[in-house]
Amino acid sequence: MNEIVITLSRWQFALTTVYHFFFVPLTIGLALIVAIMQTIYFRTGDLMYKQMTRYWGKLFLINFAMGVVTGIVMEFQFGMNWSEYSRFVGDIFGAPLAIEALVAFFLESTFIGVWVFGWDKLSKKIHLISIWLVAIGSTLSAFWILVANSFMQSPMGFVLENGRMVMNDFGALVGNPNVWVQFPHTVLGGYTTGALFILGVSAYFLFRKERVDFFQKSFQIASIFGLISVFLVILVGHSQGQHMVKTQPMKMAAAEALWETENPASFSIISIVDQENQKDVFSLRLPAVLSLLSYNRFEGEVRGIKDIQAEYEKIYGPGNYIPPISINYWAFRAMVGSGFLMFFLTSLGLYLVMKKNVLNFKLLKFFPFAIGLPYLANSSGWILTEVGRQPWVVFGYLRTSDAISPNVTVSMLWLSVIGFTVVYGALMVVDVYLLTKYAKKITVDEPKRTEDEKTYWE
Amino acid sequence: MNYESIWFLLIAVLFIGYFILEGFDFGVGILLPFVAKSDTERRMVINTIGPHWDGNEVWLITAGGAMFAAFPNWYATLFSGFYIALFLMLIALILRGVAFEFRSKVEDIKWRKFWDWSIFFGSIIPAILWGVAFTNFIRGVPIGENFVYVGTFWDLINIYSIIGGLVTLTGFTVQGAIFLSMKLEKPFANRINNLAMKLWFPNIFVLLLFVIETYFFTDIIDQLGVNPGVVPIGAVLSLLVVGWFIKIKQNGWAFFMNCMAIIFSASTIFLILYPRVMVSSINSIYNLTIMNSASGEYTLRIMTIIALIFVPIVVAYQAWTYWVFRKRITSDPESLHY
Repeated sequence: MNEIVITLSRWQFALTTVYHFFFVPLTIGLALIVAIMQTIYFRTGDLMYKQMTRYWGKLFLINFAMGVVTGIVMEFQFGMNWSEYSRFVGDIFGAPLAIEALVAFFLESTFIGVWVFGWDKLSKKIHLISIWLVAIGSTLSAFWILVANSFMQSPMGFVLENGRMVMNDFGALVGNPNVWVQFPHTVLGGYTTGALFILGVSAYFLFRKERVDFFQKSFQIASIFGLISVFLVILVGHSQGQHMVKTQPMKMAAAEALWETENPASFSIISIVDQENQKDVFSLRLPAVLSLLSYNRFEGEVRGIKDIQAEYEKIYGPGNYIPPISINYWAFRAMVGSGFLMFFLTSLGLYLVMKKNVLNFKLLKFFPFAIGLPYLANSSGWILTEVGRQPWVVFGYLRTSDAISPNVTVSMLWLSVIGFTVVYGALMVVDVYLLTKYAKKITVDEPKRTEDEKTYWE
Repeated sequence: MNYESIWFLLIAVLFIGYFILEGFDFGVGILLPFVAKSDTERRMVINTIGPHWDGNEVWLITAGGAMFAAFPNWYATLFSGFYIALFLMLIALILRGVAFEFRSKVEDIKWRKFWDWSIFFGSIIPAILWGVAFTNFIRGVPIGENFVYVGTFWDLINIYSIIGGLVTLTGFTVQGAIFLSMKLEKPFANRINNLAMKLWFPNIFVLLLFVIETYFFTDIIDQLGVNPGVVPIGAVLSLLVVGWFIKIKQNGWAFFMNCMAIIFSASTIFLILYPRVMVSSINSIYNLTIMNSASGEYTLRIMTIIALIFVPIVVAYQAWTYWVFRKRITSDPESLHY
């Protein structure tokens, strides 16, 4: 009974969170790129940049709406499904969420309305400022959410009082080193998502030789912006991995399917594990490369799953402290793999732009598929972060299984899991349909009214 | 004043702000399928709240976040206890939110009709549920040991809470109608003003019913937190004045007085509650209060500083947006955003 509640609560959280994060990175990325395009329009008066702002802005808004409505669920579901968690950490975890709403989400949500409806009601300057405030708001929003998440990864700035985590150092909460690797990594991932989205859509039209000027400019902006972003994502990701080895060694060990402590430690090329019997079914490893990734040199001890398990049993008592290894292992590879592929593609894109050879490039028709890469990287990155922390919900302090709401029953959960799945599934179809439709509407004409009144009431 | 009381007050302010602002958003959404006679008119109706609804909704998000940060036990008990009701509200808010963005994106009557009804249901469900929720705060719900809600969804549904739900439903609808009569171009606005008059009668009727029910059929007045004194009378009087202003077509004043009615009504609830935040119908020792559900003083102090800085800023820029979009919405196709 209780097991089913835990499983369903986990599924619901995973479903609603991963789904929410399909939309957030594109919002973060496109907000900034659209703001840059509008700034160029403001500076130069070049109408092409106004069209770009309009066109990409339209797609941005369709995506934005989905991010907003799925975000409301995030604010509510800690209390709904994880009430014991909420009681245990509310004192310190609630604060960044409340600050996010007050400082960032208000800004973003208010000025998005100003931007959409203000094209001819505001001066050009104020209108430009409003999109910048949206971009700043969405990035700030990510910051505060990641302050909250970092606390779950590596808790700081609190004392335990009457069985609850109570904040005693706000500076430590915000200054958590985890924030300062996770925040740039996530936000740059958002910028990369925006860039790859524009790159893919532009390539589609360039391949068909439609609106060549317009999409060549867009392609150029996206490849420059994308290359910088993805390069920095990889760089920061590297530091983040090193931080992980220090603070959450089990996550790294699982992501590398490293059973035994090694020095120098090997990097897995491919591993298929048998988690129950704690051994590899098949494994191919590169010697010393994991040490290099962890410490920037070819030596240094990286601890294995079995050692960490033994240590945790000593600290936290008997129990299983090993997260699902295969999920971590493949999520890590999906993230890193798509990251490097994006680095390659944006470099290729920029090379083609510089050679003025985009239109003649034979493989251009495959570029649109690259839009899937940032989504794969974002989702698998979060799956690694969250699944790799298991069995903890707050690392070292609260197990996920102890965090659920005691009064939420299996039937209530089935209702909400199915309800969210159906509604989210249907909305995904609508969202993709509208994005496709408006991506193809290159004339940027506005939809008009339908006057077919009789049928409306049928 | 201790920090717990400051945060009780602040959360009250956030909810009152939410009810005033999203009140007219919900009202407009509820009225949408009925007041507009053509697609142009429907778009005009939506555009009255177009630039504002998203920012208005953040008042709820912030209230929820503030509850989480300042009163984790209140947040945990309320959200897990009212699980099904909140799930319904979330689905409603999701469909309503995307509907505003999606409804005009396809020039097809069935498509638009579907999203218009999503806006309708997405507005009417929360409008009712908020009344149900707040009446249950003061009436009491089955909360047992360790702050855990031990009832079911059906424990939230009773004659009293249904009347409470009707109060918010009719109140928000009137709020929406008055807002529309301020924001639409003249002939259309006059039509809505007449409608507002018709909607005002059921509103004052259920409000009086609610007051009578509170006095004679519940034991709420035997277990008051703070005696609200003349505040509930202020709510009834404000609403009476609203009727007068609608009658003489003073939309601005009608809107102002309806906001006052919302402020007085919600304040009554919060006064009756204080210093409790949720009343247990099982035993008063299980009541959630501002003391036993609050975060530590350090957190409350930090959050107070942040709130004192940012709440005025938010209020200022949101007020500015209403000034920017102060003009009445016309049917001129050039100025209509789709």
